Amino acid sequence: MGEFLHRHKGLTPYLLLAPGMLWLTIFFLVPMGFLGYQSLESGLFPHFHFSWEFSNFSSALSGYHTQLIRSFVYAGIATVACLVLAYPLVYWIAFRAGPWRNLFLLIIVAPFFVTYLVRTLAWLNILADQGPVVRILRDIHVLGPDGRLLATTFAVIAGITYNFFPFMALPLYVSLEQIDARLLEAAKDLYSSPTQAFLRVTLPLSAPGIVAGTLLTFIPAAGDFINAALLGTPNQAMIGNVIQAKFLESLDYPTAASLSFILMGTILIALLVYARVVGPEKLTG
Amino acid sequence: MTTAAEALPTRARVGVMSRAWRFVARHALTVYALLAVAYLLLPIVIVILFSFNHPTGRFNYVWNRFTFDNWLNWNSVLGIQGAVQTSLEIAALATLVATALGTLIALALVRHRFIGWGVTSLIIFLPMATPEIVMGSSLLTLFLNDQNTLQLGFWTIFIAHVMFTISFVVVTVKARLIGFDRHLEEAAMDLGANEWTTFRKVTLPLIAPAMLAAGLLGFALSIDDFVITYLNAGPVQTFPIFVWGIARVAVPPQVNVVASAIFLVAIALGLANVVWQYRSAKRTRGAA
Repeated sequence: MGEFLHRHKGLTPYLLLAPGMLWLTIFFLVPMGFLGYQSLESGLFPHFHFSWEFSNFSSALSGYHTQLIRSFVYAGIATVACLVLAYPLVYWIAFRAGPWRNLFLLIIVAPFFVTYLVRTLAWLNILADQGPVVRILRDIHVLGPDGRLLATTFAVIAGITYNFFPFMALPLYVSLEQIDARLLEAAKDLYSSPTQAFLRVTLPLSAPGIVAGTLLTFIPAAGDFINAALLGTPNQAMIGNVIQAKFLESLDYPTAASLSFILMGTILIALLVYARVVGPEKLTG
Repeated sequence: MTTAAEALPTRARVGVMSRAWRFVARHALTVYALLAVAYLLLPIVIVILFSFNHPTGRFNYVWNRFTFDNWLNWNSVLGIQGAVQTSLEIAALATLVATALGTLIALALVRHRFIGWGVTSLIIFLPMATPEIVMGSSLLTLFLNDQNTLQLGFWTIFIAHVMFTISFVVVTVKARLIGFDRHLEEAAMDLGANEWTTFRKVTLPLIAPAMLAAGLLGFALSIDDFVITYLNAGPVQTFPIFVWGIARVAVPPQVNVVASAIFLVAIALGLANVVWQYRSAKRTRGAA
């Protein structure tokens, strides 16, 4: 083997790549093609046939644009909430936690170690009508006497925020941790106030982390359906709920496939717009 | 001279003000950080706490009284043991295969410049930027269109898990390889080792920690995955699918037991890693 590789040096990278890339091609790229194929089929289960049925897309859009828009609104709010909640925490870990940094990082990813569905179900306990949170909110009249948190938009967005928080926090931490403390000292030496130093040094330098965290949070959040299913009602259904039900319950594969494509396409468009706004070089890091 | 004398008191006053502001800011931030940590940990505490609850009725929502019974009889709920077993088997197999394939890709990407480098990197990046529901449903259309070769079940889940884990392995191992001293390999080759021996005796031991980290990450991703698995599982139940099914009826405390056990094992590994990093950091500081 060593002999062979020595004689054909140019082949080495391709041999290393082959098994993994083959796997990704057959089970990631090719399926995307099948998804496109299925989205243009017509007929009823189990007799679908390919017929360039582009009307699948228009009827899917007119039938489910509410859920599609809702998905992006929920994902957008949750992403902003994650950023606002995570930034001060991560800043504190990067600059103030000293030798305990790694322990706090572990705490940030700790929710990932609890099965997704189970940690979402835990919010059922916390937000339950008989639970302490609702009782306190009723006592201080934030909620009416019959007000509840479960089965509301708030619960769904709060669930998404909690579940995707580490996706925001980790890239933020990486970018904050890399900031050279001497730059902040230099800013201080040049008579900047702590606020100025933060706004003009720390914040711009952490921009790559903000961009990465925003993408890593927003994309999976837009496709999520677990939070809407467990913490919400059909009134909070997101596009993921529709796709999942179309595939597994109503067996309407063409509509499900076109909805998947629409979701992917909308995310790509959003990505391009975002790239325009923040500068393409920041997206690829 | 006079300007300096005039400026001094102002500057001193600003100094006091800004010190006071910094004191407030520093402690406000610490208080906030601790609150945020509590927010992150609260659901985990609830999950573990309710694994020790003896519920009054079918629902495990309200605390009743403490018991060890759920832990002792964790498999007394129909179907839970099989689901956990399936999850562990798939996670182990998928992690093994994905770690091997991903490490090879990482080696190719870091060590070689070749035609197609950019496309390869893009294909590695794409699965991480695609919503799970899209990946899951596209894979399902592949399997649905070719039902003669593969029935939905154990192996389709395995295929899916390897697929979405590879990219994370590549990223993790790549990070390690980039900071790697190539002189060690050159030295081995100068001493007469061929490429294969050099790889086995020098490269592999050096990237082993990164492969281990990638493997653990892959295992965690696999055992926790619901969306892609659910779409491609057919009749087979993994632990998350079991939870999904039973959540529509009533979640027994045994589900909390399994989730707590997975969490405790993962956190123990994580803590061991933190302690190890802390110690090695201390050692390097001591040596310097």
